[in-house]
Amino acid sequence: MATNQTAIAVRNLRKSYGSQLVLDGIDLDVPEGSVYALLGPNGSGKTTTVQILSTYLAMDGGEVRIAGHDLVKEPAAVRAAIGVTGQFSAVDSLLTGEENLRLMTKLYHLGPQEGRRKTAELLERFDLVDAAKKLAATYSGGMKRRLDLAMSLVGTPRIIFLDEPTTGLDPRSRKTMWEIIRELLGEGVTIFLTTQYLDEADELADKIGVLDQGKLVAEGTVTELKRRIPGGHVRLQFADSGLLSSAALTFQGSIRDEEALTLTVPSDGSVRSLRTLLDRLDNEAIAVENLTVQMPNLDDVFFALTGTSKNLKGGE
Amino acid sequence: MSSLYLSFSDSATMLQRNFQRALRNPFVIFSSILTPALMLVLFFYVLGGSIAGGLNGGEKGGTEYLNYLLPGIIVLTAALGAEVTALNVNYDRTENIINRFRTMPISRGALSTGHALANVIQTLISIVCIVGIGLLMGFRPNAGLVEWLAAFGLLALFSLAIAWLAVPLGLIARTPGGANSLSLIIGFLLPFFSSAFVKPDTMPDWLQVFVKYQPFTAVTETLRGLLTGTAIGDNWIYAISGSVVLAILGYIFARWAYNRQPSR
Ligand SMILES: Nc1ncnc2c1ncn2[C@@H]1O[C@H](COP(=O)(O)OP(=O)(O)O)[C@@H](O)[C@H]1O
Ligand SMILES: [Mg+2]
Repeated sequence: MATNQTAIAVRNLRKSYGSQLVLDGIDLDVPEGSVYALLGPNGSGKTTTVQILSTYLAMDGGEVRIAGHDLVKEPAAVRAAIGVTGQFSAVDSLLTGEENLRLMTKLYHLGPQEGRRKTAELLERFDLVDAAKKLAATYSGGMKRRLDLAMSLVGTPRIIFLDEPTTGLDPRSRKTMWEIIRELLGEGVTIFLTTQYLDEADELADKIGVLDQGKLVAEGTVTELKRRIPGGHVRLQFADSGLLSSAALTFQGSIRDEEALTLTVPSDGSVRSLRTLLDRLDNEAIAVENLTVQMPNLDDVFFALTGTSKNLKGGE
Repeated sequence: MSSLYLSFSDSATMLQRNFQRALRNPFVIFSSILTPALMLVLFFYVLGGSIAGGLNGGEKGGTEYLNYLLPGIIVLTAALGAEVTALNVNYDRTENIINRFRTMPISRGALSTGHALANVIQTLISIVCIVGIGLLMGFRPNAGLVEWLAAFGLLALFSLAIAWLAVPLGLIARTPGGANSLSLIIGFLLPFFSSAFVKPDTMPDWLQVFVKYQPFTAVTETLRGLLTGTAIGDNWIYAISGSVVLAILGYIFARWAYNRQPSR
């Protein structure tokens, strides 16, 4: 399998609903075998993006290639390469989990034997064996979501779209879903997911695009995004208040906490600045018990970025 | 594999899914027999006496009115299939499964075709039951095997047309309630504004014009002729061509509705 190929390439993607501009010129590239997370609040255009990329919705303008196929000219080839799990579960609740999967194997023309094998494999993998003969209507949210994803995998897609895969799930189901996503990644599948959760993007994505009001306001790896805003620091813990005091003198502008015996030193979290910090501690012969690097979390990043874009608009 | 084979295979898969679901929800089949059966009882026992007076030499509880009525009830049974079909299709829409199908490499007409064929089969089963009930009540057809086969052929074609009209209604309706109301235009209004239950001659002139030329009347008259030997005239031509035209229009409408961009 070729690596470093582009699985999803999007140029100047535009979409309006009536007079409302929903996607305002999106550009993005997702390399094969990586996870791209589209992060944005409700109404920012995540679902619209997924619906367009998955051939459900027509775009107003732009150019999209999925698995090397032009989205507009070769929708059938695109459909054959992708698996889609939409924001709302799309299972037949009057069928059992097993029947839902068998339906998919037939629609993918797998043949009876291969169809049964695939169904059994997916039931096993998604922990649905016990529920296989129960109607999907009786499934819990997490089970429905797993069945939904299992159904999207029947055609062995190379690219998977997941629109808010964990929204509304309890923490345990959420972790399970994350594990499944990582497993898929291990098989070389490309994943395009959307989320409102910063920790989810942080946890899963190789690259994050921050979507706000139909615009990608920032894009990069988690670390790159965190670098872009101030607020990172290093927390040093000491054995006694004597050491704490000497350290506080060394690092101007730091904040000391007498009770916890900690000192908070502003830092951008880069290796170089950490090395400088440790060198200075060494020079002063101050022993540190414990050191933690606290980067701004994605929440901070998100609000800083989208706040900025809103301010810009307000200032016009 | 040719694309024709694939679209047959996909439609067959969708049809099979319809059966799996129908068996899970037998009330739907039950009610699609019960409703026309109740109408039969209502018209024959409750209204029959006074309506039969309008037929030559009509007598209370007589075979003559039943012979007139039953073909109409059969057409009503076929028409009511519109409701079941529209609801089934709408269920797929509100359950989002159509969203999944639309992003899968399956033939675009398969889902609708599956629903349409399911309706034909379900309707023919209901009609057999209705004919059975009719026979118990005293319905006395004089049709031979050929006439019965022709009757069922016509009914299959007619219910296909009904289904193709109902599929797009189910696709465009936002709620099951909406799908239900829309389909009742086909399922209830058209049969009543036809010759299904009473002779059009007894209606006001302006209504007669509509009633005589709408396809339900042609189908009813053809069926009546096949089963009870009344004059068919040109009706069979209008019945067949009307059904074919409606089926084609419905099919085009359904293709459009399936591929339609979502809106609010
Ligand atoms: N079918 C539609 N008709 C009109 N407006 C829509 C439709 N779907 C989405 N929108 C609007 O487009 C914007 C983006 O929606 P969506 O892509 O669903 O956002 P997200 O998935 O990020 O919550 C919202 O303002 C929403 O109201
Ligand atoms: Mg959404």
